[in-house]
Amino acid sequence: MVGNVAPPGRSLHRFANPGRFMRLSGAILPWLAAAAVVVCTVGVVWGLVFAPRDWQQGDTVRIMYVHVPAAWWAMGGYLGLAVASFVSLVWRHPLADVAAVAIAPVGAVFTAICLVTGSLWGKPMWGTWWVWDARLTSVLVLFFLYLGHIALTNAFDEPERAARPAAILALIGAINLPIIKFSVDWWNTLHQPASVTRFDAPAVHVDILWPLLISGLGFGLAFAAIALLRMRTVLIERRARAILAARGTEGAGVSRPVPAA
Amino acid sequence: MSEFLAMGGYAAFVWPSYAIGVGGLVVLALVSLRQWRAAKAELARLEAAGLSRRGRREDRG
Repeated sequence: MVGNVAPPGRSLHRFANPGRFMRLSGAILPWLAAAAVVVCTVGVVWGLVFAPRDWQQGDTVRIMYVHVPAAWWAMGGYLGLAVASFVSLVWRHPLADVAAVAIAPVGAVFTAICLVTGSLWGKPMWGTWWVWDARLTSVLVLFFLYLGHIALTNAFDEPERAARPAAILALIGAINLPIIKFSVDWWNTLHQPASVTRFDAPAVHVDILWPLLISGLGFGLAFAAIALLRMRTVLIERRARAILAARGTEGAGVSRPVPAA
Repeated sequence: MSEFLAMGGYAAFVWPSYAIGVGGLVVLALVSLRQWRAAKAELARLEAAGLSRRGRREDRG
């Protein structure tokens, strides 16, 4: 396994070069954003107009085409946050920390969309906006984990110093992911069990499955595009901060005071 | 059309769901885009200031 002990510059850290990342992401981002807009539009219009209404739930079933994709990527985003945090902790890969910082706000918004649309679906179908059952509570915990990560990231003057505690928080919080996924099987809950992401065949008719999968793909593309844009922003901000810091030490190092610009 | 808007009597739940879902994504994208532009402008400002200052110091030296 000689390949695994290659010097950092040659293996994983090859992609740590911000210049390389900025070039690559800058080339990908317009296409990713365009694809997100197109696929989201198709998914939303299909769900809103062409998908069949449910014989029990009527038109409220259309909420699913927003609620379920938001839920999928709220959890998928957290998985990304946890993986990025692990890579940041173990290999100190600088882009991993940037990815974690960029993902958290996007995940928080997706989780909020999931919670609010779930509430709007629960009121007409269950007769209540909210219940403290396992599924709803564990998703609320997911939302607070995202908020905690954002707060921790912003709690340090030097964002690089926040990387370690934020990564530890993200990894501990990852315990919540299987709890969310299996909460509907482990506990009695008002929330229905998984229909699409089952280990056997999906228990959903194709007329419903297709718009749901397309909407899910669109939300995923949107998540990726926004997170990538935010990664680029974080890198630019850090470069600006590095210039400021260098200027500060430069000013302290010279014997003659530098005249103010 | 009005039948479509009525959403089988569930308009008060279906339309806000789509407004929050689509609106949430659009607002997040626009805010992120604005932060990107602000960061880029700030970096450009710093780099321009750094270059001009370095130039001045070379003139002096």
